[in-house]
Amino acid sequence: MSRDPKKKPLTVEQKRYTELVSELVPKPQYGKNALLAFLFGGLVCVIGQLFTDIYRLAFGMSSTEAGNPAVATMILVGSLLTGLGLFDKIARYAGAGLVVPVTGFANSVVASALEFKREGLVFGVGSKMFMLAGSVITFGVVTAFIIGLIYAIFIL
Amino acid sequence: MATKLGKQTYQPDNPPFIISTGTVAGPFEGQGPLKDYFDHVYTDTLAGERSFENAEKEMMANACFTCLQKVNVTPQEVDFYLAGDLLNQIISAGFCALELNIPFLGIYGACSTSAEGLALAAMLVDGGFAKLVLASTSSHNSSAERQYRYPTEYGVHRKPTAQWTVTGAGAALVAGYGAGPRITTFTVGKVVDQGIKDPMNLGAAMAPAAAATMVQHFADTGRGPEYYDLIVTGDLGKFGRELAVITCASKGGFDLSKNYNDCGLMIYDTEKQDVHAGASGCASSALVVYGYLYRKMLAGELKKILLVATGALHSVTSFQQGASIPAIAHAVSIEME
Repeated sequence: MSRDPKKKPLTVEQKRYTELVSELVPKPQYGKNALLAFLFGGLVCVIGQLFTDIYRLAFGMSSTEAGNPAVATMILVGSLLTGLGLFDKIARYAGAGLVVPVTGFANSVVASALEFKREGLVFGVGSKMFMLAGSVITFGVVTAFIIGLIYAIFIL
Repeated sequence: MATKLGKQTYQPDNPPFIISTGTVAGPFEGQGPLKDYFDHVYTDTLAGERSFENAEKEMMANACFTCLQKVNVTPQEVDFYLAGDLLNQIISAGFCALELNIPFLGIYGACSTSAEGLALAAMLVDGGFAKLVLASTSSHNSSAERQYRYPTEYGVHRKPTAQWTVTGAGAALVAGYGAGPRITTFTVGKVVDQGIKDPMNLGAAMAPAAAATMVQHFADTGRGPEYYDLIVTGDLGKFGRELAVITCASKGGFDLSKNYNDCGLMIYDTEKQDVHAGASGCASSALVVYGYLYRKMLAGELKKILLVATGALHSVTSFQQGASIPAIAHAVSIEME
């Protein structure tokens, strides 16, 4: 018999209760959340585009070249807002609009680094910095590898 | 010695007195409707300390010393110190006990620790093991967030069922003599698991435990809810409160709607303060009962209250491994003559 708690079936009473809970508890407001995420996400992209244009016009870079410093600037802005304690307040409303772009990645790294600075440089900041972003990196690398493999086999 | 009533309820022969309480709250709690009932309100969540864990310990120690100072008792006179909190290995309690230098028994019941402490203190005093017992508990929003959820500055959406961990600490001094509200009965709860797995909906996980303990308490004592001026649960929040009312009606057949409230809904202004479903944490029931209700009882506005403190006994590990959330509730009836 399986001992995995995930596979343990609910008793009749537990089932009845979980049904009662799901009836009573309101669902998150998906429509409103999606709209706010769309607006804030769009705003982040507009700001990103602004930086790209600034780098393109001020330093005479091509559109592709200007992309990298623009992303770096957005990371800086995300980190700065986290450090100032504003990011979590905005993200409460913006949701995925702020979390999905590179600003969210910056926030997850900086928030963890700030949080664990009291545990020291080695066991705190150094090892805990990627506690949230670590999954993104791991699965990003794995996905990139698989896509690369498909590309190499079928397209090249 | 005590008399056992029914299955889980005990009635001390000489009901111990709660002769003093001490409460300290964080800045956010200090903006709530009960702000005038706390002994100290901190202006900074760090309480002048280097870390949130140290801040929580500082708050717990402050609550304990305040509680003792009010009745001119020194720590040397206290026989036992019972304390617990939410942090791993109850470090706030342990480090606080180091400062107090009182014989220490660490207790853990998650957010039910306040009632657990009172019940154990009543046992020690009524059983003749002690004359004075200090019971305290604490929680801190930031130290709980970083242990149970995410780093404090991490930006996430919170679900409507999410609750806000209270920053603060409460202490109560229980004695075999003196004056003040008395602990007349207590019901020790059993662990209940109704299959809720969402740690962002702890109210729903704990409501069945609260209902089970209340049903047992009323069955054991032969009292009905109308016996009490007020019945409070610890930290069920908006939805947990509704679930507790429904479950009590279906399991015990009694109506709680008249004189029942939840500490998690009393401590914050749920309209103005963005706390979603209400408050949670050990300090939720401790601040409301030791701060607000204790003073109401001393003023004679309340005579009989029933505290049903609820706790979720999960950890980050058990949740990540897919286990559902077991919960417990202890009931303590406090009466003023």
